[in-house]
Amino acid sequence: MEAFIEIVSKNYLLIFLLVFTVILGFEIISKVPTVLHTPLMSGSNAISGIVIIGAILLIRQSPSDAWIELVAGMLGLALAMVNVVGGFAVTHRMLEMFKKKKK
Amino acid sequence: MTMSTIIWFDLAYLIGSICIVWGLKKMSSPDSAGAGNTLAAVGMGLAIVSAIFYPLGDSDNGNLIWIFGGLLLGTGVGYVLAKKVAMTAMPQMVSLLNGMGGATAMILGLVEYLRIGPDSGSFASNLTVVFALLVGSVSFSGSVLAYLKLEGRVDDKKITLPFHSAFNLVLLAIVLSGTCALSYATDWGIALLFLFTVLAIFYGLSFVAPIGGADMPVVISLLNSFTGISAATAGFVYGNLMMIVGGILVGASGTILTLMMCKAMNRSLWNVIVGGFGNAGPGVAADSNQQVKSVGLTDAAIQLAYSKTVLVVPGYGLAVAQAQKVCKELDELLEANGVDVRYGIHPVAGRMPGHMNVLLAEADVPYPKLLDLEEANDFLNQCDAVVVIGANDVVNPAAERDPSSSIYGMPVLKVWQAKNTIVMKRSMGKGYAGIENPLFFEKNTYMLFGDAKQTLQGLVSEVKGLG
Repeated sequence: MEAFIEIVSKNYLLIFLLVFTVILGFEIISKVPTVLHTPLMSGSNAISGIVIIGAILLIRQSPSDAWIELVAGMLGLALAMVNVVGGFAVTHRMLEMFKKKKK
Repeated sequence: MTMSTIIWFDLAYLIGSICIVWGLKKMSSPDSAGAGNTLAAVGMGLAIVSAIFYPLGDSDNGNLIWIFGGLLLGTGVGYVLAKKVAMTAMPQMVSLLNGMGGATAMILGLVEYLRIGPDSGSFASNLTVVFALLVGSVSFSGSVLAYLKLEGRVDDKKITLPFHSAFNLVLLAIVLSGTCALSYATDWGIALLFLFTVLAIFYGLSFVAPIGGADMPVVISLLNSFTGISAATAGFVYGNLMMIVGGILVGASGTILTLMMCKAMNRSLWNVIVGGFGNAGPGVAADSNQQVKSVGLTDAAIQLAYSKTVLVVPGYGLAVAQAQKVCKELDELLEANGVDVRYGIHPVAGRMPGHMNVLLAEADVPYPKLLDLEEANDFLNQCDAVVVIGANDVVNPAAERDPSSSIYGMPVLKVWQAKNTIVMKRSMGKGYAGIENPLFFEKNTYMLFGDAKQTLQGLVSEVKGLG
Protein backbone atom coordinates (compact mmCIF):
# COMPACT_ATOMS: atom_id res chain seq x y z
CA MET A 1 0.00 0.00 0.00
CA GLU A 2 2.82 2.37 0.91
CA ALA A 3 4.50 1.56 -2.35
CA PHE A 4 1.30 2.32 -4.17
CA ILE A 5 0.97 5.72 -2.47
CA GLU A 6 4.59 6.42 -3.33
CA ILE A 7 3.96 5.62 -6.99
CA VAL A 8 0.91 7.86 -7.13
CA SER A 9 2.42 10.82 -5.33
CA LYS A 10 5.66 10.60 -7.26
CA ASN A 11 3.91 10.45 -10.62
CA TYR A 12 0.83 12.48 -9.86
CA LEU A 13 1.02 14.69 -12.95
CA LEU A 14 1.80 11.76 -15.23
CA ILE A 15 -1.17 9.83 -13.88
CA PHE A 16 -3.35 12.90 -14.34
CA LEU A 17 -2.22 13.04 -17.97
CA LEU A 18 -2.77 9.30 -18.36
CA VAL A 19 -6.36 9.44 -17.18
CA PHE A 20 -7.27 12.29 -19.48
CA THR A 21 -5.54 10.68 -22.43
CA VAL A 22 -7.50 7.48 -21.84
CA ILE A 23 -10.75 9.47 -21.97
CA LEU A 24 -9.62 11.42 -25.04
CA GLY A 25 -8.49 8.22 -26.75
CA PHE A 26 -11.79 6.45 -26.22
CA GLU A 27 -13.70 9.53 -27.44
CA ILE A 28 -11.68 9.90 -30.62
CA ILE A 29 -11.31 6.26 -31.54
CA SER A 30 -14.94 5.31 -31.04
CA LYS A 31 -15.84 7.78 -33.82
CA VAL A 32 -13.78 5.93 -36.42
CA PRO A 33 -16.09 4.05 -38.83
CA THR A 34 -15.72 0.32 -39.55
CA VAL A 35 -14.50 1.02 -43.09
CA LEU A 36 -11.34 2.55 -41.67
CA HIS A 37 -10.57 0.03 -38.95
CA THR A 38 -7.61 -1.54 -40.72
CA PRO A 39 -5.91 1.80 -41.50
CA LEU A 40 -6.72 2.93 -37.96
CA MET A 41 -4.97 -0.14 -36.69
CA SER A 42 -1.86 0.21 -38.80
CA GLY A 43 -1.77 3.95 -38.13
CA SER A 44 -2.09 3.58 -34.38
CA ASN A 45 0.45 0.81 -34.65
CA ALA A 46 2.88 3.32 -36.13
CA ILE A 47 2.12 5.68 -33.25
CA SER A 48 3.08 2.98 -30.75
CA GLY A 49 6.52 3.38 -32.29
CA ILE A 50 6.71 6.50 -30.09
CA VAL A 51 8.70 4.20 -27.83
CA ILE A 52 11.54 5.25 -30.14
CA ILE A 53 12.00 8.34 -27.93
CA GLY A 54 13.03 6.02 -25.14
CA ALA A 55 15.54 4.23 -27.37
CA ILE A 56 17.08 7.54 -28.44
CA LEU A 57 17.38 8.77 -24.86
CA LEU A 58 18.86 5.44 -23.84
CA ILE A 59 21.59 5.62 -26.47
CA ARG A 60 22.38 9.24 -25.67
CA GLN A 61 22.84 8.45 -21.99
CA SER A 62 24.94 5.33 -22.52
CA PRO A 63 28.68 5.59 -21.86
CA SER A 64 30.40 5.67 -25.24
CA ASP A 65 32.33 2.49 -24.48
CA ALA A 66 29.34 0.45 -23.25
CA TRP A 67 29.08 -1.65 -26.37
CA ILE A 68 26.37 -3.98 -25.22
CA GLU A 69 24.09 -1.13 -24.18
CA LEU A 70 24.75 0.71 -27.42
CA VAL A 71 24.13 -2.30 -29.61
CA ALA A 72 20.95 -3.18 -27.70
CA GLY A 73 19.82 0.44 -27.88
CA MET A 74 20.46 0.64 -31.60
CA LEU A 75 18.59 -2.61 -32.18
CA GLY A 76 15.63 -1.25 -30.21
CA LEU A 77 15.81 2.04 -32.07
CA ALA A 78 15.91 0.32 -35.47
CA LEU A 79 12.97 -1.94 -34.59
CA ALA A 80 10.91 1.03 -33.39
CA MET A 81 11.79 2.90 -36.58
CA VAL A 82 10.63 -0.05 -38.71
CA ASN A 83 7.39 0.13 -36.74
CA VAL A 84 7.07 3.89 -37.34
CA VAL A 85 8.05 4.06 -41.02
CA GLY A 86 6.40 0.79 -42.00
CA GLY A 87 3.23 1.69 -40.13
CA PHE A 88 2.78 5.16 -41.56
CA ALA A 89 3.80 4.13 -45.08
CA VAL A 90 1.45 1.19 -45.24
CA THR A 91 -1.39 3.27 -43.81
CA HIS A 92 -0.69 5.90 -46.45
CA ARG A 93 -0.87 3.22 -49.15
CA MET A 94 -4.22 1.99 -47.88
CA LEU A 95 -5.75 5.42 -47.52
CA GLU A 96 -4.69 6.35 -51.05
CA MET A 97 -6.90 3.48 -52.22
CA PHE A 98 -9.83 4.85 -50.29
CA LYS A 99 -9.24 8.28 -51.77
CA LYS A 100 -8.88 7.56 -55.47
CA LYS A 101 -12.43 6.38 -56.04
CA LYS A 102 -13.93 9.57 -54.68
CA LYS A 103 -13.70 11.36 -58.02
CA MET B 1 22.04 24.14 -21.31
CA THR B 2 19.66 26.66 -19.90
CA MET B 3 15.99 26.37 -19.12
CA SER B 4 15.12 28.58 -22.05
CA THR B 5 16.60 26.07 -24.49
CA ILE B 6 14.79 23.14 -22.91
CA ILE B 7 11.42 24.83 -23.28
CA TRP B 8 11.66 24.73 -27.09
CA PHE B 9 12.16 21.00 -27.08
CA ASP B 10 9.28 20.48 -24.66
CA LEU B 11 7.20 22.64 -26.94
CA ALA B 12 8.13 20.37 -29.84
CA TYR B 13 6.89 17.37 -27.85
CA LEU B 14 3.66 19.22 -27.11
CA ILE B 15 3.07 20.14 -30.76
CA GLY B 16 3.99 16.58 -31.76
CA SER B 17 1.40 15.19 -29.35
CA ILE B 18 -1.25 17.56 -30.69
CA CYS B 19 -0.43 16.42 -34.24
CA ILE B 20 -0.92 12.80 -33.24
CA VAL B 21 -4.22 13.44 -31.47
CA TRP B 22 -5.48 15.57 -34.35
CA GLY B 23 -4.30 13.01 -36.87
CA LEU B 24 -6.28 10.27 -35.14
CA LYS B 25 -9.31 12.53 -35.03
CA LYS B 26 -9.11 12.97 -38.79
CA MET B 27 -9.32 9.18 -39.12
CA SER B 28 -13.07 9.47 -38.53
CA SER B 29 -13.80 9.98 -42.23
CA PRO B 30 -12.31 8.38 -45.35
CA ASP B 31 -11.89 11.83 -46.90
CA SER B 32 -9.72 13.29 -44.19
CA ALA B 33 -7.99 10.09 -43.04
CA GLY B 34 -5.06 10.50 -45.44
CA ALA B 35 -4.29 13.97 -44.11
CA GLY B 36 -4.68 12.62 -40.58
CA ASN B 37 -2.07 9.96 -41.19
CA THR B 38 0.36 12.53 -42.58
CA LEU B 39 -0.25 14.81 -39.59
CA ALA B 40 0.44 11.96 -37.16
CA ALA B 41 3.65 11.14 -39.07
CA VAL B 42 4.74 14.80 -38.79
CA GLY B 43 4.08 14.61 -35.04
CA MET B 44 6.25 11.51 -34.85
CA GLY B 45 9.02 13.27 -36.81
CA LEU B 46 8.93 16.19 -34.36
CA ALA B 47 9.20 13.74 -31.47
CA ILE B 48 12.25 12.03 -32.96
CA VAL B 49 14.06 15.30 -33.69
CA SER B 50 13.27 16.63 -30.24
CA ALA B 51 14.51 13.44 -28.59
CA ILE B 52 17.78 13.58 -30.52
CA PHE B 53 18.59 17.18 -29.60
CA TYR B 54 16.88 17.51 -26.20
CA PRO B 55 19.37 19.01 -23.73
CA LEU B 56 20.35 16.28 -21.27
CA GLY B 57 23.15 18.13 -19.45
CA ASP B 58 25.98 16.01 -18.08
CA SER B 59 24.38 12.66 -18.77
CA ASP B 60 24.56 13.32 -22.51
CA ASN B 61 27.18 11.17 -24.20
CA GLY B 62 26.21 11.96 -27.76
CA ASN B 63 26.55 8.59 -29.52
CA LEU B 64 24.77 10.17 -32.46
CA ILE B 65 26.35 7.77 -34.91
CA TRP B 66 24.45 4.91 -33.22
CA ILE B 67 21.24 6.87 -33.34
CA PHE B 68 21.46 7.77 -37.01
CA GLY B 69 22.60 4.25 -37.84
CA GLY B 70 19.49 2.84 -36.18
CA LEU B 71 17.21 5.40 -37.79
CA LEU B 72 18.60 4.69 -41.25
CA LEU B 73 18.39 0.93 -40.85
CA GLY B 74 14.83 1.08 -39.51
CA THR B 75 13.68 3.48 -42.21
CA GLY B 76 15.06 1.29 -44.97
CA VAL B 77 13.55 -1.93 -43.69
CA GLY B 78 10.22 -0.30 -42.80
CA TYR B 79 9.90 1.38 -46.17
CA VAL B 80 10.61 -1.77 -48.14
CA LEU B 81 8.19 -3.81 -46.02
CA ALA B 82 5.44 -1.24 -46.51
CA LYS B 83 5.94 -1.03 -50.27
CA LYS B 84 6.08 -4.75 -50.87
CA VAL B 85 3.24 -6.08 -48.73
CA ALA B 86 0.09 -7.25 -50.53
CA MET B 87 -3.21 -5.88 -49.25
CA THR B 88 -4.34 -9.43 -48.55
CA ALA B 89 -1.36 -9.85 -46.20
CA MET B 90 -2.17 -6.77 -44.13
CA PRO B 91 -3.00 -8.68 -40.92
CA GLN B 92 0.45 -10.31 -40.96
CA MET B 93 2.11 -6.97 -41.63
CA VAL B 94 0.34 -5.24 -38.77
CA SER B 95 1.24 -8.09 -36.40
CA LEU B 96 4.87 -8.02 -37.42
CA LEU B 97 5.20 -4.24 -37.01
CA ASN B 98 3.38 -4.44 -33.73
CA GLY B 99 5.86 -7.00 -32.46
CA MET B 100 8.71 -4.62 -33.23
CA GLY B 101 7.30 -1.86 -31.04
CA GLY B 102 6.93 -4.43 -28.27
CA ALA B 103 10.49 -5.62 -28.77
CA THR B 104 11.77 -2.08 -28.32
CA ALA B 105 9.91 -1.71 -25.03
CA MET B 106 11.38 -5.06 -23.97
CA ILE B 107 14.93 -3.98 -24.79
CA LEU B 108 14.47 -0.66 -23.00
CA GLY B 109 13.17 -2.45 -19.92
CA LEU B 110 16.13 -4.85 -19.87
CA VAL B 111 18.81 -2.21 -20.35
CA GLU B 112 17.26 0.30 -17.96
CA TYR B 113 16.85 -2.31 -15.25
CA LEU B 114 20.48 -3.38 -15.59
CA ARG B 115 21.60 0.23 -15.56
CA ILE B 116 19.53 2.04 -12.95
CA GLY B 117 17.39 -0.57 -11.22
CA PRO B 118 19.90 -2.04 -8.76
CA ASP B 119 21.24 1.37 -7.71
CA SER B 120 18.13 3.44 -7.26
CA GLY B 121 16.30 0.62 -5.51
CA SER B 122 12.97 2.45 -5.40
CA PHE B 123 10.06 0.05 -5.75
CA ALA B 124 8.08 2.52 -7.86
CA SER B 125 10.77 3.14 -10.43
CA ASN B 126 11.72 -0.55 -10.60
CA LEU B 127 8.10 -1.55 -11.06
CA THR B 128 7.61 0.72 -14.07
CA VAL B 129 10.78 -0.64 -15.69
CA VAL B 130 9.82 -4.27 -15.05
CA PHE B 131 6.26 -3.68 -16.21
CA ALA B 132 7.46 -2.15 -19.48
CA LEU B 133 9.71 -5.18 -19.88
CA LEU B 134 6.83 -7.58 -19.15
CA VAL B 135 4.21 -6.02 -21.44
CA GLY B 136 6.80 -5.40 -24.16
CA SER B 137 7.95 -9.03 -24.10
CA VAL B 138 4.42 -10.42 -24.18
CA SER B 139 3.40 -8.15 -27.03
CA PHE B 140 6.61 -8.97 -28.93
CA SER B 141 6.41 -12.75 -28.75
CA GLY B 142 2.62 -12.81 -29.07
CA SER B 143 2.74 -10.67 -32.20
CA VAL B 144 5.45 -12.78 -33.78
CA LEU B 145 3.42 -15.94 -33.18
CA ALA B 146 0.30 -14.22 -34.57
CA TYR B 147 2.36 -13.29 -37.63
CA LEU B 148 3.54 -16.88 -38.10
CA LYS B 149 -0.02 -18.18 -37.72
CA LEU B 150 -1.38 -15.72 -40.28
CA GLU B 151 1.40 -16.63 -42.68
CA GLY B 152 0.24 -20.21 -42.28
CA ARG B 153 3.60 -21.36 -40.94
CA VAL B 154 2.21 -22.51 -37.60
CA ASP B 155 -0.87 -24.63 -37.21
CA ASP B 156 -3.18 -23.53 -34.39
CA LYS B 157 -4.11 -26.98 -33.30
CA LYS B 158 -0.60 -28.37 -32.97
CA ILE B 159 0.54 -25.88 -30.35
CA THR B 160 -2.37 -26.11 -27.95
CA LEU B 161 -1.84 -28.16 -24.81
CA PRO B 162 -4.54 -29.97 -22.90
CA PHE B 163 -5.74 -27.62 -20.12
CA HIS B 164 -4.05 -24.81 -21.95
CA SER B 165 -6.05 -22.06 -20.24
CA ALA B 166 -5.22 -23.37 -16.75
CA PHE B 167 -1.57 -23.62 -17.79
CA ASN B 168 -1.69 -19.99 -18.95
CA LEU B 169 -3.20 -18.79 -15.69
CA VAL B 170 -0.44 -20.48 -13.68
CA LEU B 171 2.17 -19.02 -16.00
CA LEU B 172 0.63 -15.56 -15.63
CA ALA B 173 0.68 -15.88 -11.84
CA ILE B 174 4.37 -16.82 -11.95
CA VAL B 175 5.22 -13.91 -14.25
CA LEU B 176 3.32 -11.44 -12.06
CA SER B 177 5.07 -12.64 -8.90
CA GLY B 178 8.33 -12.27 -10.82
CA THR B 179 7.38 -8.66 -11.52
CA CYS B 180 6.98 -8.00 -7.80
CA ALA B 181 10.14 -9.88 -6.86
CA LEU B 182 12.21 -7.93 -9.36
CA SER B 183 10.73 -4.63 -8.20
CA TYR B 184 11.54 -5.31 -4.53
CA ALA B 185 14.78 -7.18 -4.45
CA THR B 186 17.24 -5.88 -6.94
CA ASP B 187 20.30 -7.59 -5.52
CA TRP B 188 19.12 -11.02 -6.64
CA GLY B 189 21.24 -10.48 -9.65
CA ILE B 190 20.67 -10.42 -13.31
CA ALA B 191 19.98 -14.14 -13.55
CA LEU B 192 16.46 -13.57 -12.25
CA LEU B 193 15.98 -10.73 -14.70
CA PHE B 194 16.82 -12.91 -17.68
CA LEU B 195 14.80 -15.84 -16.40
CA PHE B 196 11.88 -13.45 -15.99
CA THR B 197 12.28 -12.12 -19.53
CA VAL B 198 12.36 -15.62 -20.97
CA LEU B 199 9.21 -16.50 -19.01
CA ALA B 200 7.46 -13.33 -20.18
CA ILE B 201 8.33 -14.13 -23.81
CA PHE B 202 7.09 -17.67 -23.31
CA TYR B 203 3.87 -16.38 -21.78
CA GLY B 204 3.25 -14.25 -24.89
CA LEU B 205 3.59 -17.35 -27.08
CA SER B 206 1.45 -19.50 -24.83
CA PHE B 207 -1.20 -16.77 -24.59
CA VAL B 208 -1.63 -16.52 -28.36
CA ALA B 209 -1.14 -20.24 -29.09
CA PRO B 210 -4.72 -21.47 -28.61
CA ILE B 211 -6.36 -18.47 -30.30
CA GLY B 212 -6.63 -18.56 -34.05
CA GLY B 213 -8.66 -18.41 -37.23
CA ALA B 214 -11.77 -16.30 -36.89
CA ASP B 215 -10.62 -15.07 -33.46
CA MET B 216 -7.56 -13.49 -35.03
CA PRO B 217 -9.13 -9.99 -35.28
CA VAL B 218 -9.58 -10.01 -31.50
CA VAL B 219 -6.05 -11.11 -30.79
CA ILE B 220 -4.46 -8.64 -33.18
CA SER B 221 -6.40 -5.75 -31.64
CA LEU B 222 -5.46 -6.91 -28.18
CA LEU B 223 -1.75 -7.15 -29.01
CA ASN B 224 -1.97 -3.68 -30.56
CA SER B 225 -3.27 -2.37 -27.28
CA PHE B 226 -0.49 -4.18 -25.35
CA THR B 227 2.19 -2.49 -27.43
CA GLY B 228 0.58 0.89 -26.73
CA ILE B 229 0.55 0.16 -23.02
CA SER B 230 4.18 -0.94 -23.06
CA ALA B 231 5.13 2.32 -24.84
CA ALA B 232 3.20 4.36 -22.27
CA THR B 233 4.88 2.48 -19.42
CA ALA B 234 8.26 3.18 -20.97
CA GLY B 235 7.11 6.81 -20.99
CA PHE B 236 6.84 6.62 -17.21
CA VAL B 237 10.37 5.23 -17.05
CA TYR B 238 11.75 8.23 -18.94
CA GLY B 239 9.25 10.71 -17.53
CA ASN B 240 8.37 11.55 -21.13
CA LEU B 241 4.88 12.95 -21.56
CA MET B 242 4.66 12.38 -25.29
CA MET B 243 5.43 8.68 -24.94
CA ILE B 244 2.61 8.44 -22.42
CA VAL B 245 0.14 10.26 -24.67
CA GLY B 246 1.06 8.24 -27.78
CA GLY B 247 1.14 4.92 -25.94
CA ILE B 248 -2.19 5.46 -24.21
CA LEU B 249 -3.93 6.50 -27.46
CA VAL B 250 -2.79 3.27 -29.07
CA GLY B 251 -3.81 1.33 -25.97
CA ALA B 252 -7.29 2.88 -26.13
CA SER B 253 -7.59 2.21 -29.85
CA GLY B 254 -6.59 -1.43 -29.46
CA THR B 255 -8.94 -1.89 -26.53
CA ILE B 256 -11.93 -0.42 -28.34
CA LEU B 257 -11.35 -2.58 -31.41
CA THR B 258 -10.94 -5.65 -29.21
CA LEU B 259 -14.27 -5.00 -27.50
CA MET B 260 -15.99 -4.29 -30.84
CA MET B 261 -14.76 -7.59 -32.29
CA CYS B 262 -15.93 -9.49 -29.20
CA LYS B 263 -19.31 -7.82 -29.41
CA ALA B 264 -19.57 -8.73 -33.09
CA MET B 265 -19.16 -12.36 -32.12
CA ASN B 266 -21.39 -12.05 -29.06
CA ARG B 267 -18.64 -13.48 -26.89
CA SER B 268 -16.73 -12.09 -23.96
CA LEU B 269 -13.02 -11.37 -24.21
CA TRP B 270 -12.48 -14.02 -21.55
CA ASN B 271 -14.29 -16.57 -23.70
CA VAL B 272 -12.12 -15.76 -26.73
CA ILE B 273 -8.90 -16.02 -24.72
CA VAL B 274 -9.79 -19.09 -22.71
CA GLY B 275 -11.89 -21.21 -25.01
CA GLY B 276 -11.50 -21.34 -28.75
CA PHE B 277 -14.41 -22.40 -30.93
CA GLY B 278 -12.89 -25.85 -31.16
CA ASN B 279 -13.59 -26.66 -27.52
CA ALA B 280 -17.33 -26.29 -27.89
CA GLY B 281 -19.79 -29.07 -28.60
CA PRO B 282 -20.24 -30.42 -32.08
CA GLY B 283 -23.64 -28.81 -32.58
CA VAL B 284 -26.42 -30.63 -34.29
CA ALA B 285 -25.03 -33.20 -36.67
CA ALA B 286 -26.03 -32.74 -40.26
CA ASP B 287 -28.91 -34.84 -41.41
CA SER B 288 -27.38 -37.33 -43.77
CA ASN B 289 -30.49 -37.22 -45.93
CA GLN B 290 -29.85 -33.61 -46.74
CA GLN B 291 -28.36 -32.94 -50.10
CA VAL B 292 -26.61 -29.89 -51.34
CA LYS B 293 -27.50 -28.56 -54.77
CA SER B 294 -24.65 -27.40 -56.89
CA VAL B 295 -25.02 -25.03 -59.77
CA GLY B 296 -23.03 -24.52 -62.95
CA LEU B 297 -21.34 -21.30 -64.01
CA THR B 298 -23.84 -20.55 -66.78
CA ASP B 299 -26.88 -20.93 -64.57
CA ALA B 300 -25.29 -18.89 -61.80
CA ALA B 301 -24.39 -16.15 -64.29
CA ILE B 302 -27.93 -16.03 -65.66
CA GLN B 303 -29.37 -15.88 -62.17
CA LEU B 304 -27.14 -12.97 -61.21
CA ALA B 305 -27.52 -11.03 -64.43
CA TYR B 306 -31.33 -11.12 -64.23
CA SER B 307 -31.52 -10.09 -60.57
CA LYS B 308 -32.47 -6.57 -59.55
CA THR B 309 -30.40 -6.58 -56.38
CA VAL B 310 -27.35 -8.67 -55.49
CA LEU B 311 -25.48 -8.77 -52.19
CA VAL B 312 -21.89 -10.01 -52.18
CA VAL B 313 -20.67 -11.45 -48.88
CA PRO B 314 -16.87 -11.67 -48.86
CA GLY B 315 -14.88 -13.66 -46.33
CA TYR B 316 -11.35 -14.80 -45.69
CA GLY B 317 -11.55 -17.04 -48.77
CA LEU B 318 -11.66 -13.93 -50.96
CA ALA B 319 -8.39 -12.75 -49.42
CA VAL B 320 -6.72 -16.14 -49.75
CA ALA B 321 -7.67 -16.41 -53.43
CA GLN B 322 -6.70 -12.75 -54.03
CA ALA B 323 -9.98 -12.48 -55.88
CA GLN B 324 -10.98 -8.91 -54.97
CA LYS B 325 -10.26 -7.45 -58.41
CA VAL B 326 -12.16 -10.10 -60.35
CA CYS B 327 -14.96 -9.60 -57.91
CA LYS B 328 -15.08 -5.91 -58.81
CA GLU B 329 -15.05 -6.84 -62.51
CA LEU B 330 -18.14 -8.99 -62.02
CA ASP B 331 -19.71 -6.16 -60.03
CA GLU B 332 -19.17 -3.73 -62.94
CA LEU B 333 -20.60 -6.13 -65.51
CA LEU B 334 -23.68 -6.70 -63.40
CA GLU B 335 -24.12 -2.97 -62.78
CA ALA B 336 -23.95 -2.47 -66.55
CA ASN B 337 -26.86 -4.90 -66.76
CA GLY B 338 -28.85 -2.74 -64.35
CA VAL B 339 -28.24 -4.85 -61.25
CA ASP B 340 -27.82 -3.07 -57.92
CA VAL B 341 -24.73 -4.71 -56.38
CA ARG B 342 -23.86 -4.19 -52.71
CA TYR B 343 -21.44 -5.81 -50.30
CA GLY B 344 -22.34 -7.11 -46.86
CA ILE B 345 -19.37 -6.83 -44.52
CA HIS B 346 -19.50 -8.76 -41.28
CA PRO B 347 -17.32 -7.13 -38.58
CA VAL B 348 -15.22 -10.26 -38.09
CA ALA B 349 -14.97 -11.27 -41.75
CA GLY B 350 -11.29 -11.75 -42.57
CA ARG B 351 -8.43 -11.81 -40.14
CA MET B 352 -8.36 -8.25 -38.78
CA PRO B 353 -10.88 -5.47 -38.15
CA GLY B 354 -11.83 -3.87 -41.46
CA HIS B 355 -9.85 -6.41 -43.52
CA MET B 356 -12.54 -6.80 -46.21
CA ASN B 357 -12.99 -3.04 -46.55
CA VAL B 358 -9.33 -2.63 -47.43
CA LEU B 359 -9.39 -5.42 -50.00
CA LEU B 360 -12.46 -3.99 -51.70
CA ALA B 361 -10.97 -0.50 -51.59
CA GLU B 362 -7.91 -1.90 -53.35
CA ALA B 363 -10.21 -3.19 -56.08
CA ASP B 364 -11.79 0.30 -56.38
CA VAL B 365 -15.18 -0.63 -54.96
CA PRO B 366 -16.71 2.68 -53.77
CA TYR B 367 -17.21 2.53 -50.02
CA PRO B 368 -20.88 3.62 -50.05
CA LYS B 369 -21.56 0.20 -51.62
CA LEU B 370 -20.27 -1.53 -48.51
CA LEU B 371 -23.02 -2.27 -46.02
CA ASP B 372 -22.38 -3.10 -42.39
CA LEU B 373 -24.13 -5.96 -40.63
CA GLU B 374 -27.40 -4.13 -39.89
CA GLU B 375 -27.68 -2.38 -43.24
CA ALA B 376 -26.91 -5.63 -45.03
CA ASN B 377 -29.58 -7.50 -43.10
CA ASP B 378 -32.14 -4.82 -44.04
CA PHE B 379 -31.02 -5.06 -47.64
CA LEU B 380 -31.37 -8.85 -47.59
CA ASN B 381 -35.14 -8.64 -47.06
CA GLN B 382 -35.67 -7.48 -50.61
CA CYS B 383 -32.57 -8.98 -52.17
CA ASP B 384 -32.82 -11.26 -55.22
CA ALA B 385 -29.50 -13.03 -55.00
CA VAL B 386 -26.59 -13.35 -52.60
CA VAL B 387 -23.08 -14.40 -53.56
CA VAL B 388 -21.07 -15.74 -50.63
CA ILE B 389 -17.36 -15.72 -51.47
CA GLY B 390 -15.21 -17.68 -49.06
CA ALA B 391 -17.23 -16.82 -45.97
CA ASN B 392 -18.77 -19.46 -43.77
CA ASP B 393 -19.37 -18.90 -40.09
CA VAL B 394 -20.63 -15.33 -40.55
CA VAL B 395 -23.53 -16.62 -42.69
CA ASN B 396 -24.39 -19.65 -40.58
CA PRO B 397 -28.09 -19.85 -39.66
CA ALA B 398 -27.22 -22.11 -36.72
CA ALA B 399 -26.23 -18.91 -34.90
CA GLU B 400 -29.93 -18.07 -34.83
CA ARG B 401 -31.66 -21.41 -34.75
CA ASP B 402 -29.55 -23.95 -32.95
CA PRO B 403 -28.98 -23.26 -29.21
CA SER B 404 -26.55 -26.18 -29.01
CA SER B 405 -24.25 -24.68 -31.63
CA SER B 406 -21.02 -23.10 -30.45
CA ILE B 407 -21.74 -19.96 -32.43
CA TYR B 408 -25.34 -19.64 -31.22
CA GLY B 409 -26.11 -15.99 -30.47
CA MET B 410 -23.46 -14.54 -32.75
CA PRO B 411 -25.01 -11.88 -35.01
CA VAL B 412 -24.77 -13.14 -38.60
CA LEU B 413 -25.68 -12.01 -42.09
CA LYS B 414 -29.10 -13.57 -42.77
CA VAL B 415 -28.38 -14.49 -46.34
CA TRP B 416 -31.05 -17.21 -46.33
CA GLN B 417 -33.67 -14.46 -46.41
CA ALA B 418 -32.71 -13.56 -49.95
CA LYS B 419 -34.54 -15.27 -52.80
CA ASN B 420 -31.48 -17.23 -53.85
CA THR B 421 -28.02 -17.74 -52.42
CA ILE B 422 -24.95 -18.85 -54.34
CA VAL B 423 -22.14 -20.08 -52.12
CA MET B 424 -18.64 -20.17 -53.60
CA LYS B 425 -16.50 -22.64 -51.77
CA ARG B 426 -13.49 -24.78 -52.37
CA SER B 427 -15.13 -27.89 -50.97
CA MET B 428 -17.69 -28.98 -48.41
CA GLY B 429 -15.10 -28.36 -45.65
CA LYS B 430 -16.15 -26.67 -42.47
CA GLY B 431 -15.34 -23.11 -41.48
CA TYR B 432 -12.91 -22.16 -38.77
CA ALA B 433 -15.45 -22.92 -36.08
CA GLY B 434 -15.46 -26.53 -37.30
CA ILE B 435 -19.23 -26.79 -37.39
CA GLU B 436 -21.73 -27.70 -40.05
CA ASN B 437 -23.36 -24.87 -41.90
CA PRO B 438 -27.07 -25.64 -42.48
CA LEU B 439 -27.11 -22.78 -44.99
CA PHE B 440 -25.68 -25.14 -47.61
CA PHE B 441 -28.74 -27.37 -47.28
CA GLU B 442 -31.34 -24.61 -47.57
CA LYS B 443 -33.71 -25.07 -50.47
CA ASN B 444 -32.70 -21.80 -52.12
CA THR B 445 -28.95 -22.28 -51.68
CA TYR B 446 -26.79 -23.34 -54.60
CA MET B 447 -23.16 -24.37 -54.23
CA LEU B 448 -20.55 -23.27 -56.75
CA PHE B 449 -17.43 -25.30 -56.00
CA GLY B 450 -13.92 -24.22 -56.91
CA ASP B 451 -11.24 -21.63 -56.29
CA ALA B 452 -12.87 -18.24 -55.70
CA LYS B 453 -10.76 -16.42 -58.28
CA GLN B 454 -11.24 -18.97 -61.05
CA THR B 455 -14.95 -19.24 -60.34
CA LEU B 456 -15.36 -15.48 -60.43
CA GLN B 457 -13.41 -15.32 -63.69
CA GLY B 458 -15.72 -17.98 -65.08
CA LEU B 459 -18.75 -15.97 -64.02
CA VAL B 460 -17.31 -12.84 -65.61
CA SER B 461 -16.94 -14.50 -68.99
CA GLU B 462 -20.38 -16.09 -68.73
CA VAL B 463 -22.03 -12.76 -67.94
CA LYS B 464 -20.11 -11.17 -70.82
CA GLY B 465 -21.45 -13.91 -73.09
CA LEU B 466 -25.01 -13.06 -72.06
CA GLY B 467 -24.61 -9.43 -73.08
